[in-house]
Amino acid sequence: MNAGEAAASELREVTGPSALGGGWRRFFSLLWLMAVTEFRRIYFGTVLGYVWSLIRPLLFFAVLLFVFTQIIRIGSGVPNYPVLLLLGIVLFQFFSETTQEAVTSVVGQEAVVRKTQFPRLVIPLAVVLTGAFNSGLNLIVVIVFILAWGVDPTWTWLLFPLALLFLFIFTTAIAMLLSALYVRFRDVAIIWSVLSTVLFYGTPILYPIEIVPEQYRNFILLNPLAPIFEQIRVWVIDPSAPTAVDAAGGVLGLLPATAIFLGVCFLGVWVFRREAPRIAEEL
Amino acid sequence: MDKPLAIEVRDLKKSFRIPVHRVDSFKERMVRPFAARDYRELRALDGISFEVGQSEFFGIVGRNGSGKSTLLKLLASIYRADAGRIRMAGRLAPFIELGVGFNVELTARENILLNGVMMGLTPGETRERLDSVLEFAELGEFADLKLKNYSSGMLVRLAFSTMMETDADILLIDEVLAVGDAAFQQKCADAFREMKAAGKTIVLVTHEMSTVEEYCHRAMLIEGGHILQLGDPEAVGREYLRLNFLSETGGAEAAAGAGSEGVRLLDIWLEDAGGERVAGVGHGEPIRLRAELELARDASGVAVGFTTDNADGVTMFQLGSGISGSDGTARVGAGERVKVSAQLENPLAPGRYYVHCGVQQDQGKGDISLYEHRALDFVVFGSERDGGVLQLEHEIEAAVEAEAGR
Repeated sequence: MNAGEAAASELREVTGPSALGGGWRRFFSLLWLMAVTEFRRIYFGTVLGYVWSLIRPLLFFAVLLFVFTQIIRIGSGVPNYPVLLLLGIVLFQFFSETTQEAVTSVVGQEAVVRKTQFPRLVIPLAVVLTGAFNSGLNLIVVIVFILAWGVDPTWTWLLFPLALLFLFIFTTAIAMLLSALYVRFRDVAIIWSVLSTVLFYGTPILYPIEIVPEQYRNFILLNPLAPIFEQIRVWVIDPSAPTAVDAAGGVLGLLPATAIFLGVCFLGVWVFRREAPRIAEEL
Repeated sequence: MDKPLAIEVRDLKKSFRIPVHRVDSFKERMVRPFAARDYRELRALDGISFEVGQSEFFGIVGRNGSGKSTLLKLLASIYRADAGRIRMAGRLAPFIELGVGFNVELTARENILLNGVMMGLTPGETRERLDSVLEFAELGEFADLKLKNYSSGMLVRLAFSTMMETDADILLIDEVLAVGDAAFQQKCADAFREMKAAGKTIVLVTHEMSTVEEYCHRAMLIEGGHILQLGDPEAVGREYLRLNFLSETGGAEAAAGAGSEGVRLLDIWLEDAGGERVAGVGHGEPIRLRAELELARDASGVAVGFTTDNADGVTMFQLGSGISGSDGTARVGAGERVKVSAQLENPLAPGRYYVHCGVQQDQGKGDISLYEHRALDFVVFGSERDGGVLQLEHEIEAAVEAEAGR
């Protein structure tokens, strides 16, 4: 009898379903495979597969650009407004579409959840990862636009991935939170579609943070996305723009947003961990 | 237990909270914060303990709602137990149904990969096995076809071969044999024999007694979340059928007093038209069923019934009658021989059939009862076989209608 057989004949405790269930290696293999196959399906699925996912933000961008430079002249005085707007839209689209899709993801995989021992967390995470692949491609196109527009790359571009990481973490936390809640409360989907629109206007994408009247600025800066997007603006497009810290009037001004950011992350992990073992029964 | 254990279950409990009024939205929770907490407790499993040895083929039977599927889901880590302990040795295939987790939008190749990883293989290992999976399923040329374009037969083949290819030591299977056509069932049966020979530990949940009796080393009958019987598959099968029989004719309360009480089945046989005993009847010829019973004491209100199953354990028909005594009343004396004689038409398809015999008193409330599982088996022979469990006298015509003008 070799070592492998000896290990196989040992009784081990079965602990029931969990968010991670079945070992890390299986978890990551599954996550990667699910995200990649889904991405490939979108990418190669239809003739214009990927093109569509690029055309949508571009079209939205074109409309907004027209409105906010030709009709309401918010963007006229802002340096590099068009590329700033484009970058903002593509990044926010990652956030909103991914979370939107994640809401129903666990329920959508009902058969898998009810009939297999499947690490539940893989499902929303795969959605986020697929969204990240897609947005990554879009981002390359946007970078080309930015360079073509005449924005010079600076060393602060190196900090861009850091901001993206925060965006990714926040998106993941919300995806976890919503997908777990949706199992029990089906109106989460509707609430979130409204809330994500609110967040879009509550993030300095259409407008620069400096034109927001002082008394509302701190309100906007409660939104954890606001400092992230503002910092991206400073680091990538316009080094002269106010940093998140400047806009908040000091490091202390960013505390509420940081607290909310951490709170959402904690809540997402906590709720998902709590709900994961019960999802099969609740469905 | 002399063999090493593969599964050990100790005092397992699971109950479900069934909301009396299901709350699906925040609004409802706001509107009726208290109504939402109105639950009915459903005890699916109430303290179950058993062991399964390595390389054992273990059957779990039970009626609908007995808790057998819940048990399987607990074993598979799909549900979490409220109390008790499950321990397992070796790798478990995390599936309880064929083809779960297939995504119809993906190709067979991608699905095999995904399924393999789901079963705990690395992507590399799965890729190595890809060809043999496709070969076993005989789907090599369709490897890059999306599953939505597959026929159901192809899907089942793919699912089965994917399952067969994993190195799982323990397999949990819920009613797989019920799906697919006859040819596929045959393939499943072969694969089962193969798995049995390969020394896999298999836990099979099923309604079909014939499957349990054919494959399982041991079986367990559960009812109402308790183990009713555990051990020899045939004994468990008898008990299961008796349970079904009783619930159909007399209700579960009769279960306590049943067994073979105060009555004996002396003989049961089939006859041909000339009164000779036969082991089979030709298709379409009437079935003449005969039996003899003897009561041990005076009784009245005694009824006898027969259930006939086909080889798959599917009940074909049931018939029964109250026993009348020599004086024309329902009273039968001790030691008197009761002759049962039944004749019925025979639309059964050629094959083997089993007759179970039951006797009970006052709808199962009396003292006299008997259940004899497979008291008789007989063959219906015939040269043609159209498929299906029955073969009915028929006329069928398919032609182009002649045109009126010609």
